[in-house]
Amino acid sequence: MDITWYLVLSALLFAIGAGGVLIRRSPLVILLCLELMLNAGNLALLAFARANGDQEGQIFALVVMVVAACEVVVGLGLIVAMFRRKLPLNVDDMRELRG
Amino acid sequence: MEEVAFFIGAIGALGGAIAVIALRNPFYSVLALVVHLVALAGLFLMLHAEFVAAAQIVVYAGAVMVLYVFVAAYVGGVEEPIWEPIPGQRFLAPLLAIALFVELSIAILGTALTSLESEGPVIQDGFGAPAAIGELMLEKFLIVFEASSLLLLVAAVGAIVLAARRQGEPG
Amino acid sequence: MSAVDFGWLILAFPLAGSLIIAFGWRALPGRTAGVIGTTAIGLAFLCSVGAFVDLLDLPGEERQLVSSVYDYASAAGVDIQLNILVDPLSVLMCLVVSGVSTLIHLYSVAYMTSDEGFRRFFSYLNFFVFSMLLLILAGNFVLLTVGWAFVGFASYALISFWYRRGTATAAGMKAFVINVIGDVGLVLAAFLLFRELGTFNYLEVFEGAPEAFSPDDGTVIAICLLLCVGAFAKSAQLPLHTWLPDAMEGPTPVSALIHAATMVTAGVYLIARAHPLFELAPTAADIAAFVGVATLLFAATVALVVTDLKRIIAYSTMSQIGYMIAAVSIGAYSAGLFHLMTHAFFKALLFMAAGSVIAAMAGRQNIDGMSGFRRAMPFTSLVLIIGCLALAGFPGMSGFFSKDEIIGVAFERGGMYAWMGVAMYAAAFLTAFYSFRIGFRVVAGKPCEEAKELEEGHLAHGEHENPATGEREDTDVGFPGSEHHIAEREWPMKIPMGILAFLSVLGGAVQIPGVDAAIEHFLEGSFEDSALFHLVPSTENAWLGLGAGGLISILGIGLAYYCYVLRPGVTVRLAERLSGVHTFLINKWYFDELYDLLIYRPLIGIGRFANSVVERVLVNGLVSATVGVVRGVGGMVRGAQSGFIRAYALLLITGFAALGLYFLVVSA
Repeated sequence: MDITWYLVLSALLFAIGAGGVLIRRSPLVILLCLELMLNAGNLALLAFARANGDQEGQIFALVVMVVAACEVVVGLGLIVAMFRRKLPLNVDDMRELRG
Repeated sequence: MEEVAFFIGAIGALGGAIAVIALRNPFYSVLALVVHLVALAGLFLMLHAEFVAAAQIVVYAGAVMVLYVFVAAYVGGVEEPIWEPIPGQRFLAPLLAIALFVELSIAILGTALTSLESEGPVIQDGFGAPAAIGELMLEKFLIVFEASSLLLLVAAVGAIVLAARRQGEPG
Repeated sequence: MSAVDFGWLILAFPLAGSLIIAFGWRALPGRTAGVIGTTAIGLAFLCSVGAFVDLLDLPGEERQLVSSVYDYASAAGVDIQLNILVDPLSVLMCLVVSGVSTLIHLYSVAYMTSDEGFRRFFSYLNFFVFSMLLLILAGNFVLLTVGWAFVGFASYALISFWYRRGTATAAGMKAFVINVIGDVGLVLAAFLLFRELGTFNYLEVFEGAPEAFSPDDGTVIAICLLLCVGAFAKSAQLPLHTWLPDAMEGPTPVSALIHAATMVTAGVYLIARAHPLFELAPTAADIAAFVGVATLLFAATVALVVTDLKRIIAYSTMSQIGYMIAAVSIGAYSAGLFHLMTHAFFKALLFMAAGSVIAAMAGRQNIDGMSGFRRAMPFTSLVLIIGCLALAGFPGMSGFFSKDEIIGVAFERGGMYAWMGVAMYAAAFLTAFYSFRIGFRVVAGKPCEEAKELEEGHLAHGEHENPATGEREDTDVGFPGSEHHIAEREWPMKIPMGILAFLSVLGGAVQIPGVDAAIEHFLEGSFEDSALFHLVPSTENAWLGLGAGGLISILGIGLAYYCYVLRPGVTVRLAERLSGVHTFLINKWYFDELYDLLIYRPLIGIGRFANSVVERVLVNGLVSATVGVVRGVGGMVRGAQSGFIRAYALLLITGFAALGLYFLVVSA
C-alpha cells in the first residue's frame, strides 16, 4: 500500500477539521475539531516515517500528542472558567476584540 | 488484505470526523471523536508505529477524551442558534475546506516524490517498537523529552489556575 | 584703556543694568531699581567721556577704530561680525545720548516714584539706552538693523507703559507698525548694498562706494531712498510721522528721552553716517532735504493750534528734526549734529518742565486750563522759559547758534537751497511764536485754580482720568501712580533740569562763528572724505545770518507776547474767523484720516476677504476633506475588525489556502 493513500486521507481529515472550526459555535466542539486537525497531522507524519524508514517521525508524532494534550487541558480549563462565570458558551458572543 | 484493513480504518476515521462536525449535541461529538481516534490507532498499526498506536489508545482516547467527557457532562448541552451573524461564513467555510483539500491533494498526487509510489524501504525488525522508541527518546531526543515533560507541568498548573474557584462564585 | 574698550563698556553697562533690574526686580525695594538704572547709564556716560578723550589723543585721520568681538556669520561670501565703529561721529552721539539719558533717569527716579511699574520702567529705559547706543556704535549694517529694531521695540514697550490704558496701547502699536515700515526700508537698503559691494561693514562700504557707483546711479539713489524710508519712520518725518504725537501717551520721561533727544535722532545719525552714499546720489539727498523742510513747516503750523501741552512739544520736535534732516541732507553735517546736541538739551528740558506742570495740574495736559504758574512754581517757570528761549533761537542761547548755522550753510550752497533757507527762516518765526505760546500761557497771566492751590502749599489732586479721553482709571498696575511729583519738591527732578538749563544757555559756546568750531574740528575724523563738510560760510556771512535769525526770533516772541499777554483772546477770535484753516490745522492736516482711507480700510477689506473665502473655504475645506477621506477609509478598514473569532479563523484559513495556491502555481 503506498503511502499516497494515507496522505490523501490525512489531507481530507485536515480539511474536515478546518471546516468544523469555521462552522461550529460551541467552544467545546471547536476544540474537538482542532483535535481532528492535529491527528491528521500525526497520520501524515507517521506515513512519511514509514516511507523513509526513519523513526524520528514517530518521535515527532509523540511530541505532537503531548502538545495536543496540554492544549486540551488549558482549553477545557477556559471552558470551565467560562461556565463558572455564567458566560454564554458561544464563541460569537465574545467580541471584545472588536475594533 | 492490507487494503481492506486500510479502508476499514479510513471509513471509521472519516465517519468519526464527519460526525464530530455534524452532530448537534456536543456529547455525541465527543463520542464520535473517540471512534475516530480508535480508527486512527488501527491505521497507525498498519504503518508499523506500534508504540504510537498504543499511546494513542491509552493516552489520547483513554485520558484526554475522558477529560472531554467530564467537561461535556459538567457543562452540558449548548443549543447553537441557527442564525449566522457573520455574513458569508456559512458559504465560505465549506468552500475553503474543499479548496484546502484540493490543493493538498494536488500537492500530494502531483509531486515527484518517488518514494510515494513505492512500498518504501525494507524496514528492520523492531521498527516502531517501544524499545526502539525508548532508545531514541532517551538518547537522541532527551532534551525534547524533558521539554515535553516541562510543558505538561506548565499546562497542568495553568489549568488549575484557570479553573480555580474565585471568591463568591458558585461551584 | 583704548577707545574701543570704552566702546564695549558703553554697551555693557546699560545692558547689565537692564538685565539686573529685569531678573532681580523682586529683590529691589523702594527706589533701588532707579538707582541701579541711573548708575548704569552714568557709567556709560563716563565711558563715553573716556572714549572721547582717547580719540582726541589720536591724530585726525586715524580716528576711525573698528573692533570685532564675534564672527556672527562667515560663509559663502558673507562676512558679518559683531563689530563696533568708534569714531568721532559715534562718540559725539554717545556723549549726547548717555549724558541726557543719565539726567532723565535721575529725573524719573522722582517722577515715577508712586508708580507700580517703577522697576519695569527702569529695566525698559535701560534697555532702550542700550539699544540706542548699539545703533550708534554698530560697525556694520546688520548690527545697525539689530539696534534699530531693538530701539523700535523699546519705544513700543515704553509708549504703552501704562498698558491698561486703551489709548496708550493703540499708540504703541501705531508707533511699532510705522517703525517696522522703516525697518523694511533699512533692510532692503542693506541687501542692495551687499549685492553691489559684497560687504556690510561701514568702512568697506564707504570706501568701495565711489568706485562702484557713478554719481546719481539708479542703484545708489534707490539705496539712499530706502535708507531715507528708515530714517523718516524713526525720525517721524512726512509721511511716516503720525505716530509721534500719539506717542505722548507714554510717561513724560519717556517722551523726554525717546521722543525728543535720542530715538528720533536716529534718522539724522543714519543719514550723517551714510553721507558718502548720499553725496553720490544728490537726487536722493535733495529729496530728503525737501522732506525735512516740508515736515519743518507742517509741524510748525500744527503746533500753533493744538491744545495738549505735550503734543505741542511733540510737533516742535518733529519740526526741529526736520531742520536736522535737511541739514545733513544738504551737507551741513557739523551744523546738523550741533543742532542735534543743543536740541537734546532744551527739548528734554522742556519735557521735564512740562512734566512738572502737568503734575501740578493733577495730570491734566490741556493748555487751556493752565496759566500763571510763576509764583506757584518759580523754578519750573524759570527753566521752562529758558527752554522756550533756546527753542525760539533767542540771541545768545544754544539754539540760536545751532539753528542759524544750518540756515547759513543752506544759503552758502545757493540756488534751490537758498529757497530752503528762506523756508527755514519762516519756520523759525513760527517756532518762536509757538514756543512762547507755551511759555506765556503757562507762566504769565492770572494764576489758575491749581496754581492758587499750589501757592498755598497744597498740590492739586484730581480724579484719575485719561487726559486724552477723560475716562476714569484706577491707580493699579498698568495705570499711572496715584501721586504727582513737581520739581520744586523733588531734588532728583531739580538737578537734571538745572543742568539742562545751564547747557541750554551756554551750550552754544562750542561753535560760535569766528571764535571756535569745536564740533566741526572733532568731526573731521568722520567726514574728511566729504566735499560738502568743508563748505562753511565765511564769518561775515555767518554773523549776518545770525543777526537775521535773532531778529526773526525776537519778532516771533514779540507777537506771542502781544497775543497772549497784552491782548489775550486775540487768537480765539482769529480761530473763529478762519475756522476752516483752524480745523484743517487742528486735525493735523487730515493725515490720519487719509491713511485710514488709503491704507487701513483696503487692508482690512483684504483681510476679511482672506478670512471668509480663502481661509474658511479653501484651507479649512481642504483640511476637512482630507480628514473626511481618512475617516472614511478608516471606517471601511475597520470593518475587518469585527471581533468574531470565527471570522478571524476564516481569514487565517483563507490566507493559508492562498499561500498554498501560490506555491502550487510557482512550482508548476
